[in-house]
Amino acid sequence: MIRVVLPAHLRRLAKIEGEVQLEVVGKVTQGRVLDALEARHPMLQGTIRDHATHKRRPFIRFFACERDLSHEPLDAPLPDAVTNGSEPFLIVGAMAGG
Amino acid sequence: MSTIRVLVGTRKGAFILTSDAKREQWSTSGPYFGGWEIYHLKGSSVDPNRLYASQSNDWFGQQIQRSNDGGKTWEPVGNAFVYDGSPGTHQWYDGTPHPWEFARVWHLEPSLKDPDTVYAGVEDAALFRSTDGGMTWQDLPGLREVKGNLWQPGAGGMCLHTILLDQNNPERIFTAISAAGVFRTDDSGKTWRPMNQGLKSSMELPDPNAEVGHCVHHIAMHPSRPNVLFMQKHWDVMRSDDAGESWHEVSGNLPSDFGFPIEVHTHEPDTIYVVPITSDSEHYPPDGKLRVYRSRTGGDEWEALTNGLPQQNCYVNVLRDAMAVDSLDPCGLYVGTTGGQVYASANAGDSWTPIVRDLPAVLSIEVQTLP
Repeated sequence: MIRVVLPAHLRRLAKIEGEVQLEVVGKVTQGRVLDALEARHPMLQGTIRDHATHKRRPFIRFFACERDLSHEPLDAPLPDAVTNGSEPFLIVGAMAGG
Repeated sequence: MSTIRVLVGTRKGAFILTSDAKREQWSTSGPYFGGWEIYHLKGSSVDPNRLYASQSNDWFGQQIQRSNDGGKTWEPVGNAFVYDGSPGTHQWYDGTPHPWEFARVWHLEPSLKDPDTVYAGVEDAALFRSTDGGMTWQDLPGLREVKGNLWQPGAGGMCLHTILLDQNNPERIFTAISAAGVFRTDDSGKTWRPMNQGLKSSMELPDPNAEVGHCVHHIAMHPSRPNVLFMQKHWDVMRSDDAGESWHEVSGNLPSDFGFPIEVHTHEPDTIYVVPITSDSEHYPPDGKLRVYRSRTGGDEWEALTNGLPQQNCYVNVLRDAMAVDSLDPCGLYVGTTGGQVYASANAGDSWTPIVRDLPAVLSIEVQTLP
């Protein structure tokens, strides 16, 4: 079971409380986790990655196991700790302030 | 007794203000979608409890929200705004070609006939239509064929911000784009023509005969007289008496002819309103006085409306979609500011009172007059 933590705005948009738990069959990658997340909550399509290009939106970051995975390829495998559910996959709104 | 519902879009959420027909006591609900920019929300004239809202921010992009109960509850609907085919390029600020990129929905215009049909004016400029209540959106690509490769963004982005539907001619639609101009279709959006003859923008556009490139800020029409259009351009207040085929200036005695919104009185097609702003580099009212100007002659002759509006140290702006009228008699007028106030007049502008203060910067105002 993959655990996904969303930023507050997206939890509110999708009416989610707490973490999302997803089953991902086969190789667990960022792309497959996002596919499963968007299938469960279609209103999240376009909020994390672009509708047309499927690229990560510029102000979105992906963290897990105290690492920034934002620039990893979408088809790269996620860490074992995410795959086995001991650590969550964090989707984060990038810091933008001054 | 009628109810007035004022729909307010702000930088940090939407608010709904309601009053009875006296328009003296107001209640405020919201914020809805707190923290998100709400560029615009508008109700269907066929089913006034059907509302659409444009919700966006830089992090998570665009959402369209829909309500079927007058704004008490909302549901996200479709947010895929994908340009038809290969949209090619428009001009960037430096004159180089730049690919079309969707940024946000500036304006939502529900159909006058069908609550499930709604138009969306977007940045980069395009007109989308939904016929299923906002679930899916179709680009009307014919608009870009009117020299879209020459369009260039204004300071606020290359946005399609105004959509006027003609109740007497369902196939006719006017749109206005910053900084491209006014465009009209007479075949429901398949083909378009530029409607910019007579606009003079010598400081921004040296060619006096330029078909596109004019920075139109807003246009308005009275439904009973759809061939007469009024325009607040970047500079100049303009009028057309032939459905946009030609324009002439009616700025008259305004203290500044720069501004953003323009509106028409509900019951008097020749009574129009603007909010003069000092200049394109000073987006606040002249002399620190917030004055709505009214012309009862369809332009040229203007009077300042000041009673109840701040007349000293006022440096707010009123954005293009932030003025609206109700349908009562006398006509009510509503103005939202970037300082977060909404001022209302229940007597066609003769006197004003703030009906809410200290909201986030107001981006848009729409008014529903409910039976």
